Amino acid sequence: MVSSNADIGYNSKVEGGVIVSKADAVINWIRTHSLWPMPMGLACCAIELMASGASKFDISRFGAEVMRFSPRQSDVMIVAGTVTYKMAPIVRRIYDQMAEPKWVIAMGACASSGGMYRSYATLQGVDRIVPVDVYVSGCPPRPEALLDALIKLQDKVRTETSAKDLLKIKS
Amino acid sequence: MIAQDLLAALQGVNSEVAERESADWPSFNCPIDSLVDVLKALRDNHGYDMLVDATGIDNGVEASPRFTVVYHLLSTSNHVYIRVAADCLDSENPVAPSAVSLWPAADWHEREAYDMFGIKYENHPDLRRILMWDSYPYHPLRKDFPLAGHEEDLWDEEIREETGTKVIPAPMAGGPFVSSSSSFEADKEPRAKDESWSEEKEKPDA
Repeated sequence: MVSSNADIGYNSKVEGGVIVSKADAVINWIRTHSLWPMPMGLACCAIELMASGASKFDISRFGAEVMRFSPRQSDVMIVAGTVTYKMAPIVRRIYDQMAEPKWVIAMGACASSGGMYRSYATLQGVDRIVPVDVYVSGCPPRPEALLDALIKLQDKVRTETSAKDLLKIKS
Repeated sequence: MIAQDLLAALQGVNSEVAERESADWPSFNCPIDSLVDVLKALRDNHGYDMLVDATGIDNGVEASPRFTVVYHLLSTSNHVYIRVAADCLDSENPVAPSAVSLWPAADWHEREAYDMFGIKYENHPDLRRILMWDSYPYHPLRKDFPLAGHEEDLWDEEIREETGTKVIPAPMAGGPFVSSSSSFEADKEPRAKDESWSEEKEKPDA
């Protein structure tokens, strides 16, 4: 069946191979669909993070399958697990080593708030040490919840003023 | 009886070795200055060739002796366990002899006991903290250490200045959180011991 909307969409005969768009829309579109995660696996949440990357849930459907163990090649740090005070400065240091733009997902109760570890050794939420974009509830969260967090983060990335930030235009 | 034979044999090493109250395996109290000799005799003459666990006990702030070191041994040929305990003489700065020369496995166990209880092991090859960071000033499993912990600076100076974050006492909010001993599984969900206050509700004045 031929859709009656065919003329409204992109038509190379009419537009001659040129697409008009906003720089923000293009940059955000690119960023949204290739968020390379830095897997900051610190506890059992990391097992669910691995499940998210495996065939059954397949985080590559959302363009985030390239788990980089080098912060310099990563866009989004997924803090998966309990952050102890001994580990906290190291988490921050790895975050500092990531190139801009960068985002953080706090995966699970421990990373979000300290979780069940109300103890002398545990950082009470990773947002005390790095800025967090998305929190995921659960102990540990199921892979679907992490995928949902990734989609939420993609929604956030889509709304950013990327061109302005890149060109350092002061509003 | 294993315990009686062993006791007689160990009293040959040091006459003050005595039986220790135990619910399961044979257990002995040993004077701390001959602890290594007793462990060596158990390893070489009685087949207790494997160190299963080395740990410590804090008997309480008022107790004297306050600290006890405990070694759990296993005979891999006879499949029996044994426990040897020794009281530290000094309650302020507890010192114990290291068993690393007998079992290399004692290395990390003793580092953990040092970290958690502050027991100093003499002749230990590498007595550093193993769980807490090196500059941490407390020993968390001592009876006078609160579960929530004490306020403290982060160990990394740069990150401390960058984030302004401190090590804070954990918000207990009526905790510790424990499950009741009720027989119904549904009731065993851990709850705060003191439910009169929480994160939303202020603690009532005592």
